Amino acid sequence: MSSRIFGSGIRRREDPRLITGAATYTDDLTMPGMLHAVMLRSPHAYAKITRIDTSRARQAPGVIASYTGADVNLNAMPCAWLPPNSSLKIAKYPTVAVDTVRYVGDIVAVVVAETPEQGYDALELIDVEYRPLNASLDPQKSCAPGAPQLHEDVPSNLAFQWTVSGGDVDAAFKNADVVVKERIVQQRLIPNAMEPRAALAKWAGASGELTLWNTTQNPHILRYLTSVVTGIAEDKLRVIAPEVGGGFGCKIPAYPGEFLAIFASRKLNRPVKWTETRSENYQATTHGRDHVQEVELAATKDGTILGIRARSWSAMGAYLSTAAPGIPTILHGLMLSGVYNVPAIKEDVYGVYTNATPVEAYRGAGRPEATFIIERMVDKLAAELTMDPVAVRQKNLIPKFENGHSVATGLTYDSGDYPGILKKLLDHVNYEALRKEQAAARTAGKIMGIGVGTYVEICGLGPSQVASAVGFQGGLWESAIVRVHPTGKVNVFIGASPHGQGEETTFAQLVAAEIGVAVDDVKVVHGDTETTPMGWGTYGSRTTAVGGAALVLATRKVKEKAKLLAAHLLEAAVEDMDYDDGKFFVKGSPDKAKTIQDIALMANLSWNMPPGMEGGLEASMFYDPPNFTYPFGAHLAVVEIDGDTGDVTLKRYVAIDDCGPQINPIIVEGQVHGGVVQGIGQALWEEAVYDANGQLVTGSMLDYALPRADRLPNIEVLSTVTPSPHHPLGLKGIGEAGTIASTATVYNAVMDALAPMGVKTLRMPFTPERVWRAIHAGGKSGGN
Amino acid sequence: MYASNFNYLRAGTLAEASALLQKNPGAKVLAGGHSLIPLMKLRLASPTVVIDIGRVPELRGISLSGGALTIGALTTHAELAASAAVQDAAQALSEAAGHVGDPAVRNRGTIGGNVAHADPASDLPAVLTALGATFHITGPGGRRSVQASDFFKGMMNTAVGEHDILTTIEVPARAAGQGSAYAKFEHPASRYAVVGVAACVIVNGGTCVAASIVLCGLTSTPARAKSGEQALVGQALTRETIAAAAGKVGTDLGSDVLGDIFASAEYRAAVAPVYVRRAVEAAASRAR
Ligand SMILES: Cc1cc2nc3c(=O)[nH]c(=O)nc-3n(C[C@H](O)[C@H](O)[C@H](O)COP(=O)(O)OP(=O)(O)OC[C@H]3O[C@@H](n4cnc5c(N)ncnc54)[C@H](O)[C@@H]3O)c2cc1C
Repeated sequence: MSSRIFGSGIRRREDPRLITGAATYTDDLTMPGMLHAVMLRSPHAYAKITRIDTSRARQAPGVIASYTGADVNLNAMPCAWLPPNSSLKIAKYPTVAVDTVRYVGDIVAVVVAETPEQGYDALELIDVEYRPLNASLDPQKSCAPGAPQLHEDVPSNLAFQWTVSGGDVDAAFKNADVVVKERIVQQRLIPNAMEPRAALAKWAGASGELTLWNTTQNPHILRYLTSVVTGIAEDKLRVIAPEVGGGFGCKIPAYPGEFLAIFASRKLNRPVKWTETRSENYQATTHGRDHVQEVELAATKDGTILGIRARSWSAMGAYLSTAAPGIPTILHGLMLSGVYNVPAIKEDVYGVYTNATPVEAYRGAGRPEATFIIERMVDKLAAELTMDPVAVRQKNLIPKFENGHSVATGLTYDSGDYPGILKKLLDHVNYEALRKEQAAARTAGKIMGIGVGTYVEICGLGPSQVASAVGFQGGLWESAIVRVHPTGKVNVFIGASPHGQGEETTFAQLVAAEIGVAVDDVKVVHGDTETTPMGWGTYGSRTTAVGGAALVLATRKVKEKAKLLAAHLLEAAVEDMDYDDGKFFVKGSPDKAKTIQDIALMANLSWNMPPGMEGGLEASMFYDPPNFTYPFGAHLAVVEIDGDTGDVTLKRYVAIDDCGPQINPIIVEGQVHGGVVQGIGQALWEEAVYDANGQLVTGSMLDYALPRADRLPNIEVLSTVTPSPHHPLGLKGIGEAGTIASTATVYNAVMDALAPMGVKTLRMPFTPERVWRAIHAGGKSGGN
Repeated sequence: MYASNFNYLRAGTLAEASALLQKNPGAKVLAGGHSLIPLMKLRLASPTVVIDIGRVPELRGISLSGGALTIGALTTHAELAASAAVQDAAQALSEAAGHVGDPAVRNRGTIGGNVAHADPASDLPAVLTALGATFHITGPGGRRSVQASDFFKGMMNTAVGEHDILTTIEVPARAAGQGSAYAKFEHPASRYAVVGVAACVIVNGGTCVAASIVLCGLTSTPARAKSGEQALVGQALTRETIAAAAGKVGTDLGSDVLGDIFASAEYRAAVAPVYVRRAVEAAASRAR
């Protein structure tokens, strides 16, 4: 492995086209005869459709067709994560509402027109009469007696009920000296990918083949689901993810929009494009989080944690999105131990239908919520025992381990050094001095807070056998093909589907490091089911951890074959061969080397091959990891609060993360920056707010506050390196780390700042008014 | 969203713009488009005709003469913020313009569009009221001038009539001993003012001889803090006198304070004095 290329912070090759506007997104595509689909969406959160008439719209200029629920004969939307032993009830999720609408944004009718403008004009001519019903928004109330029932076949709106448990929780609480309790609201968030959703469907009537261009994180899964929903055979389906402008989880699921574009294209035998508006993106692209949790932590009076008991009500929205049930369960409950020895854990999770946009994975997906619980409770315990929060952490951390540590929930973490990374953080910031600074600031009348957050995340999803055991209706391996051309240039074809994370660069670095070609001689091809091998997609910080392993092993197969051919050409025995930086030679004679380029030419020409060797220089690998990977870290935030207004200023943020060896530190840093900021957004600014009628009040960027650069400090990014014992290069994944850590870290900092005023708990996001009220009410209010 | 169908016309001169407005009932003038276009895209406004005045030369430029700044309606926020003349002659205006929205908004949005639109959360109406601006309007009956106090009539309602064009805004240049400032609590998403305060004081021999304090974000039109102003006049401007004056704005605001999900009326009213204090302190420090 060439150490020069692996680990070097070369610039992302993706960026020139992204920054100069040269990238081609789905909506940039245009074709002869192309039509535009637009959606009429429900203005009510819950209503019966008593009459719908599209006749006026069909007469409007440019309109080619319009469809209502009665016209569309697609199969129902699929749910593909079915947690076992959970009494899962999948309510029918039609692509177009039939008699009932269940959230503001539910599709009621489709208009297909020559231009989108004509389509939107025609939407105003569709006559719909609704009989509004009472809506149900709060997950805890929605499953309580008397709540409006959303789906006939789902009593109490209970989509599922799932329990994680390990150790003797009752004993833990019986033996406890102290029990701390908290009610946590994980507010609803809007992912806000820069590119809204878009699809272009082209039906080739004569051949019965369909091509779908779609902004998706997983084109192969989408092809699979498309064949289920539309009935088009998988071999006649081609799904292409062109440039994808961010996903953060909201582009994992399949949506009615792409299937309706396909439906219309088949009906009309013309290409049909659908691109949502930003308003539709807010209303109808999946949201994240939206849980209410009641948590208790048991401990002894010296601060040793004995157990955690929790109940979580997780809003699912009106229907179950593709992977939604797995997020508040598997990806959440199993991680409640965090970086600590927690001998006993039990959480009951209730998945509840509500009259809101369906939820899905959102960066971190389940793990930020788990981290939040344990990190918040540790701080509560510290406050209760008047101990330093760091001391409580140090007391309970799992000691350093290199190859496997099992926790009460049944997971086996791969490797970690939690005390080491926490120490590095404390040293870096000089924690004692920082606390002194805080004391001085308090004396001077300032409101300053310090928050620490540690985390471990489950990444690199994951072994396929485990996928099966946890009800994920797919495999979780990844694939790669490495093809070396006669000139020694390399094409890599991967089943995963990067969309901004930078794998076109890092994967080229991996290949270059393995076989000694130049990074610029490797092109990474992804996102087209016709040209790339099957793969399960980009999410769950798995592309490098799983797909990167597939790629490294495929490249090693190429190298192995190259070595055999080199030995043959040099008339030497394979055992006598040596390799260094792209050159194969007989031990001791590096001057008579065959370069990888020489071998590539000879392999492709096949003029002189060893007996039995196939032509070409190409290898493929399907890699199924033996375990998940478990990146971890320790973060710290310093905040200052304006007591007059409640405005929170983040003064300092330090992120120390361990994702194993880093292929490209600049890209790691970029992922940490983006992730940290998304988590800070949840703590300080972001919330999707519905009113009592189920109208989304924060329906645009004028109301929904995304993080802005000028409200953020310089983020200090550091790292430690603890290789995963089971990954060929020890890599772990970094895509979600920042988000998983930063919400809890900033939360803890704000609560630390407010502690002298008696404030013990406060709901996120920390808007100035909420903080101001808490300051003025002191311990008397501000509850969740 | 997409706007409904409309006709787009472009005026080359002020006279042509005026004529087009009168010929096309229901037409809307388009300047920077940063308020009008969002409304059209949300279909909250559906004018059948849009008249683009963006290239009308008479509406451009900033000049300082005869003790007044004359600012063309098409002057962008960025141009205002970058202008040395504005910075010297109308400190609060320069400061406020530099804090409108973000760079894209400042590069397109215009002072004329801002005040003609008269969003209660806009910064410039409060500043121009505090500085005693005069608005020059051309309409079917010819030209007329309106004082700031008569210009803002209600929420998104001004003295600019359906067939009128706002041509220039005249701001008295800073007098001797005058200082002005704008303090803003911006909405984290829109960047509009949750609470904005424009303050202008004249200090003579250590004593405040004139003060104007105008708030935005709280009420449907810019709110003048009369009792706060009166409390300053005749005083040396110290932390204490300023704080005392700031404490009086509650009575000036009355009970019509606006609220939304981000900041309730009660909260806005409670933080208003904080921003009054900050604005007056900054204005006092600039008085020279
Ligand atoms: C994201 C965002 C953030 C913003 N943040 C702020 C902020 O922080 N503070 C703030 O004050 N503003 C803010 N704005 C508003 C911004 O300042 C707008 O530019 C301004 O309100 C309108 O100016 P315009 O030139 O874009 O007007 P347009 O949108 O073109 O027109 C607005 C209205 O005024 C009329 N009009 C325009 N010019 C004339 C004229 N000369 N005569 C007669 N009528 C005219 C139009 O017919 C229309 O009704 C923000 C806007 C956006 C989009």
